[in-house]
Amino acid sequence: MEYGLDLEYSFNEFLKGFGLSSEIAHIIWLPLPMLLVLVAAVVGVLVTVWLERKISAAAQQRIGPEYAGALGVLQPIADGLKLLVKEDIIPAKADGILFTAGPILVLVPVILSWLIVPFGQNLLISNVGIGIFLWIALSSIQPIGLLMSGYASNNKYSLLGGLRAAAQSISYEIPLALSVLAIVLMTNSLSTVDIVNQQSGAGILSWNIWRQPVGFIVFWICALAECERLPFDLPEAEEELVAGYQTEYAGMKFALFYLGSYINLILSALLVSILYLGGWGFPVPVELIAKFLNLPINAPFIQVFTASIGIVMTVLKAYLLVFIAILLRWTTPRVRIDQLLDLGWKFLLPISLANLLITAGLKLAFPQFFGG
Amino acid sequence: MSIAITTQFICFTVLSLVVIIGALGVVLLESIVYSAFLLGGVFMSVAGLYLLLNASFVAAAQVLVYVGAVNVLIIFAIMLVNKKEDLKPISDIKSRRVISTSICLTLLSLLIRVDLTNVWSLSSPENSIGEESTIRIGEHLFSDYLLPFEVASVLLLMAMIGAIVLARRDVMSKDISTGLPVDQELIEKSSEPLLTNKN
Repeated sequence: MEYGLDLEYSFNEFLKGFGLSSEIAHIIWLPLPMLLVLVAAVVGVLVTVWLERKISAAAQQRIGPEYAGALGVLQPIADGLKLLVKEDIIPAKADGILFTAGPILVLVPVILSWLIVPFGQNLLISNVGIGIFLWIALSSIQPIGLLMSGYASNNKYSLLGGLRAAAQSISYEIPLALSVLAIVLMTNSLSTVDIVNQQSGAGILSWNIWRQPVGFIVFWICALAECERLPFDLPEAEEELVAGYQTEYAGMKFALFYLGSYINLILSALLVSILYLGGWGFPVPVELIAKFLNLPINAPFIQVFTASIGIVMTVLKAYLLVFIAILLRWTTPRVRIDQLLDLGWKFLLPISLANLLITAGLKLAFPQFFGG
Repeated sequence: MSIAITTQFICFTVLSLVVIIGALGVVLLESIVYSAFLLGGVFMSVAGLYLLLNASFVAAAQVLVYVGAVNVLIIFAIMLVNKKEDLKPISDIKSRRVISTSICLTLLSLLIRVDLTNVWSLSSPENSIGEESTIRIGEHLFSDYLLPFEVASVLLLMAMIGAIVLARRDVMSKDISTGLPVDQELIEKSSEPLLTNKN
């Protein structure tokens, strides 16, 4: 499967044409995909915030944002601008350094995790070998930022919110990692590109969701819990804790939390689509269509076309999941903290362990279906 | 010097400085919360050093285990206890300091001895296994390192049972050290009244 667009190679060759050395060409290339992905993440957040407002309005039979642009599409930008120019307040008795470092520690690991999100065979920042494991490791840093901001705010609601957030993300990390492990077992690789390629054999039929239905549900529940979305938004339960660890935050520091939680939601949706829904794969394999239409798969215009289909499919699947997450948020009640921990430790953990065991057994019994 | 080597050198210098200064901060700072957070920074920098050595799996495992689990639990414990009391002056502080310094110096001399006697053979970049190290670690864990790997889990089980016994005080009605009956009520912090009396 070594075909596909290689933009980096073409770009470097293009720069070498101007007489630059390959090292300098590489250095000029490096920031480009990072900037692109950062912009994509921020635009994704704007779209998600707009969707959240509109869908919540529809769920409650309201109209929602209406005047800022057509159908209120500019409302998220207005929100962002408002947060940008608001006064940056640090409470008098708060711990200034930790108060500032907290939101940064929450946001940075989430953005770093975009390193491994593939939109096509070569359309990702870095195809690192440890791929999906890097995301699990990075997402475990986040609770430190939450604890830090909860402690530094010098407010009992903030501290309780921070402690709840840490407890929640520790307990849901384990079933999350175990369900990823079942996928890795089937793929024989941690790399996200390999995981997608393993599902690309027969289009929609070979997606992991059919082979890992239990893993899919466990992963989705855990991903929602890690994002602190509504059935599990205990760290910021308004009625009990004001706003949890965000209580004392205002202006841009609050915006960092806000941005972090929405980027995390999109990232989780992207990862669900990569792990279980075939990533950039079209429901019918693109190669089959090209063969049927007698088109050469390696021709440049076909390559550009399939790459754009790949990007559209990834984003489409991710936003379908974001839609489900938003719908869940506005239609389900919140669980209690003891129910949350019970669900994590007494239900999801045994189920994901059994799922891993059964996957290993099936892999040995039917290597052609479960061996990847 | 090529750009790659320069970048590596800069990264190594920054990471080493963060490790050393952070570790000193962990030991020397008065506030236990700052120490705990700095410990997380030290663990992260050590993971960065592993990355520089081409051991990306070990680096990610370091972040997951030490930062994501160990350090979070340390901070968690500190914040749940969070007593703001002054430390009692210790009577024989001088002799304690002498003993701890001598122990630390002995350990340091041992490490220096290891550093000087061991032959640090640097494998050339062609020999390094890089991404393959994940597979190699797995093979070792399930063959020649199987027993230590399993014994470590027994250790963790013992620690867990101990923690449960300590946390659930209804298991034991008497304090282990003093033999007095244990106070079963919730421990509450003495707090100042939020609103001062007007009278």
